[in-house]
Amino acid sequence: MLLFLILCPIVAAIVILAGAPARITAMCAATIELLAVIVLLVLFVGSSRNFEFVSSLPINSDWRLNFTLGVDGLSLLMVMLTALVLFAAIWFAGTIANRPNAFYACLLLIAAGALGAFLSLDLFFFYAFHELALIPTFLLIGIWGSGNRYAAAWKITIYLATGSFILLLGLILLYRSVPEAARTLDIRGLQTAARAGAIASGAQNNIFILLLIGFGILISLFPFHSWAPEAYASAPAPAAMLHAGVLKKFGLYGLLRVALPLLPDGAQHWSTLLIVLLLGNIIYVGLVTIAQKRLDWLLGYSSVMHMGYVFLGLAATNVIGTAGAAILMFAHGLSIALLFGIAGEVRRRTGTLVLGELGGLAKVMPFAGLVFGIATFAAIGLPGFANFSAEIMVFFGAFSRGADMQRFHMFQIATLLALWGVVISAVYMLRAYRAVFMGPLRATIAQSPLATPIPRLPVVLLVGFSLWVGFFPQRFVKLVAPSLKPAATLAQK
Amino acid sequence: MNTALPWYILLVPLIASVVILVLTRPWPTLSSYLSVAAVLISFGCSCALFASTANHSLQIPWLNFRPQLAVPIAFTLDQLSKTMLIVVTGVGALIHIYSLGYMGSDAGKPRYFASLSLFMFAMIGIVLANNFVMMFIFWELVGVCSYLLIGHWYERDSAAAAANKAFITNRIGDFGFILGILMVWTASGSVIFTEIAAAIGKLAANPTFLTAAALLVFCGAVGKSAQFPLHVWLPDAMEGPTPISALIHAATMVAAGVYMLVRVGFLIQASPVALNVITWIGTITAVMAALIATQQDDIKRILAYSTLSQLGYMVMAVGLASGEAAMFHLFAHAFFKALLFLGAGSIIFMLHHEQNIWKMGGLAGRMAITFLTFAVGTLALIGCPPFSGFWSKDAILALAYERNVVVFALALFTAFLTAFYMLRLMTVVFFGKPRGDHARTGFESPWVMLVPLIVLAIPAAAAGFGFAAKNFLPIPAESHNGIVVSAMATGAMLLGSLVAILLYRGRESDPVNIPALRRKLYIDAFYNWLIRHTQDALAALTAFFDRWIVDVGGVRGVASGTWSAGALLRLFQVGNLQAYAFLFGLGIVGLLYFTVFR
Repeated sequence: MLLFLILCPIVAAIVILAGAPARITAMCAATIELLAVIVLLVLFVGSSRNFEFVSSLPINSDWRLNFTLGVDGLSLLMVMLTALVLFAAIWFAGTIANRPNAFYACLLLIAAGALGAFLSLDLFFFYAFHELALIPTFLLIGIWGSGNRYAAAWKITIYLATGSFILLLGLILLYRSVPEAARTLDIRGLQTAARAGAIASGAQNNIFILLLIGFGILISLFPFHSWAPEAYASAPAPAAMLHAGVLKKFGLYGLLRVALPLLPDGAQHWSTLLIVLLLGNIIYVGLVTIAQKRLDWLLGYSSVMHMGYVFLGLAATNVIGTAGAAILMFAHGLSIALLFGIAGEVRRRTGTLVLGELGGLAKVMPFAGLVFGIATFAAIGLPGFANFSAEIMVFFGAFSRGADMQRFHMFQIATLLALWGVVISAVYMLRAYRAVFMGPLRATIAQSPLATPIPRLPVVLLVGFSLWVGFFPQRFVKLVAPSLKPAATLAQK
Repeated sequence: MNTALPWYILLVPLIASVVILVLTRPWPTLSSYLSVAAVLISFGCSCALFASTANHSLQIPWLNFRPQLAVPIAFTLDQLSKTMLIVVTGVGALIHIYSLGYMGSDAGKPRYFASLSLFMFAMIGIVLANNFVMMFIFWELVGVCSYLLIGHWYERDSAAAAANKAFITNRIGDFGFILGILMVWTASGSVIFTEIAAAIGKLAANPTFLTAAALLVFCGAVGKSAQFPLHVWLPDAMEGPTPISALIHAATMVAAGVYMLVRVGFLIQASPVALNVITWIGTITAVMAALIATQQDDIKRILAYSTLSQLGYMVMAVGLASGEAAMFHLFAHAFFKALLFLGAGSIIFMLHHEQNIWKMGGLAGRMAITFLTFAVGTLALIGCPPFSGFWSKDAILALAYERNVVVFALALFTAFLTAFYMLRLMTVVFFGKPRGDHARTGFESPWVMLVPLIVLAIPAAAAGFGFAAKNFLPIPAESHNGIVVSAMATGAMLLGSLVAILLYRGRESDPVNIPALRRKLYIDAFYNWLIRHTQDALAALTAFFDRWIVDVGGVRGVASGTWSAGALLRLFQVGNLQAYAFLFGLGIVGLLYFTVFR
């Protein structure tokens, strides 16, 4: 079952590269993928904290290397996100003039890599699948990108490669920190060892900082964020949707899955640093976002900023905060995918994303205006959308950590500043919405030719899921909470 | 049936809104009737609920992290919420009907009615909420509906700017609100009003903490009810269609802040410092807004500043620890201010969207029904006995007389100003010679707009009588200084009216010119300056720093260092699949090497 989920896009990519009609095949694969994930969601029991659908294929018994797949609530949420965003990205891709087959194959491979990483229970494959997904990302920017695409592709390559190497170093040290007899790359095995206290406190500190920086670079943690806006501005819209929506969440998933549960002392030790950095994401990057003059850069920076809230939930390390972080990953993926998708349509229609050159587009692109408006309000945390439910959990989780009635401690001050970030994000998103869709329509735009209609089905799906989580978050809390309990209880001890 | 009744009241407008958005958008007339039907159903159910004695209903858990945090979607059903429901859905229904005429030929009619129904849903949610988080949810939702409706004519730059200003100013208030909620929750362990009230002792153990929490919660009301210093968004919100100004920015949404304060009265009244601050914020708003109103020329802006001023009275009453007096005035104000706005809308509609009072004049004869109903609204607003505003304002004044003489003096001065600016408006708009082409040729509005005016005039006139009000609200007891206060209030009212009539009778232009008041005491200008020199300057600075130091200095430096290594360059040509594969394959090989061979 899980293997099918990973193989489906890979096979489709191969078929497309072999010459099958690109768009049709990709659409079929994305639809099948989505249906399969829905089946998985129905079959998933989710009452215990155990992984389900575990299947293991021994690669080499001497090396203790197994290709193990399994799913729990947390990974199921991420798999759902991947399938939804892949579906939307393919639908939004439209006609590609230059080498369409390679383009669609790249999109499918990103999704396959992300799915593999989320479903792997073995650290080796967890890491390898993510690397697999990065390669087509670079290709998409380098070949199909816009603007200064070579520089952007180079920057993201060097940046993410550095991040990956630091992460790798951390994972190797993690593996070697466990006593010889218990050494394993299996996440479950490592969890058992960690619970038994096999990883010394000092070692935890060293490993945690490596994982934090390694994963952090991949997530655009301040001050390692500057690759993101430029890459998203240069990337074609579907690539930006998939990377910002899904692949970037790999780092957060890694922190939730590996770093927090295995290295609770390390997380404790570095919590001050993490708070400082995540406030950099929220306040500093938030201010940078206000000053942006192009829609694509603005969205890129905003997605960097919103990562700060996920980090805040992680830093809280209690069930409320981490559940909020997990659901926020999902919520942010949906809203940012919609925003990048519509921004791509605006570019296709008007040929520009400079805010000063746009205006009044709601008149000629009413559906785009509606969807962008919905996604804007979702992104700035309007109740009813998933982002709000998740953020409110993050705030409750973070604020309660170490709270007393005498004075505000670190986490209370961090929450206060993060709440101010909510004002900042309203400022820049509403300014952008006004600049693009409201006000008088510009003559140059009014004369430009009509673009192809915006696909409705993926929009309905993404908005629908966001509303579902927004109205009934408890359903999703129940889904993820069991997988987070070990992380939370260990870190809180 | 009974336990589901509040759910019908809440959900029917939401369903109408979704149906319009998804299905009936291509048919404007059908969409508008759907919206009207929804609010009528809600109103009917509200009346049924008011008549019934049910005080519990179905609830669903929205978030549940017991024992730390539980957020249900559940309702408070008491006298307060039931009365408020009647006001909200009743005034709402009339304004929906009025909109059929006012927005009859508007291109965005389906969008307008969908937003209006969504607003009803959100507003009803605030009224029914039984916990802080649920209130905050609907609180934010009314904010976004307000944004949508202020920006209804989105092609107008001023409307787009006003919509943004309203939303962001409210967000600033909500920043404090949610922080206050978090503080209350950490101390009491709950977000549900009744549970917090029971655990108020835990909060009171640290008075500083309690005061801070109460004042932060009050911040939410400062934003929503447009109190000083966050009042600047409300006058600009008049960019929206006039029925919206009547419903959202006069009768209901802006009163939600006061309703919330009354709902959490147990929290606020536990802190004397907080009460004092609230009293003064209300007083400052009341005086300041009334002063500015005396020098405005736009009919809707005069009414908007009047709303600010009246909201100031209500907040003052909250600060004087009388939720009853605040609610009484809210209740009366909802009727007469909605009436005044709809009357203004009728004039604006007739004059083809002319809003400057100096382009009007002599309308009394041409628009008899509008004039008469507007006069009823004015008499109620300025507190002329026996109209509703007299009773409700009197209750607040009597309270202030007993508890704080300075506040009382200022409140009395505000009553004088209120009479002055309203009679100025009446004199200039309805009497004298017509001063514009439209004012000479216009005619009365259609009946679909006049009937709501007539219906609203009845409670605006009569809602203040004790026997009428007592059926709905626990109205404040008669004060033993009643006669003195009433006499002084009536005197101030008469004096203000007289000065205005003498000063403005037969004038062609405004004989008074006070620049500071015309420029809204420079508060908006100051805020613009502040935003430009703090937020935007800081944003530009950080953006510069990010671009040229963090990015170019740091990252490009590293990148160019690698670049100049030369040998690697040819290997990593962009688009070269092998190079990427190599780079990342290297990582995997490294992992294998260390885990397996070491």
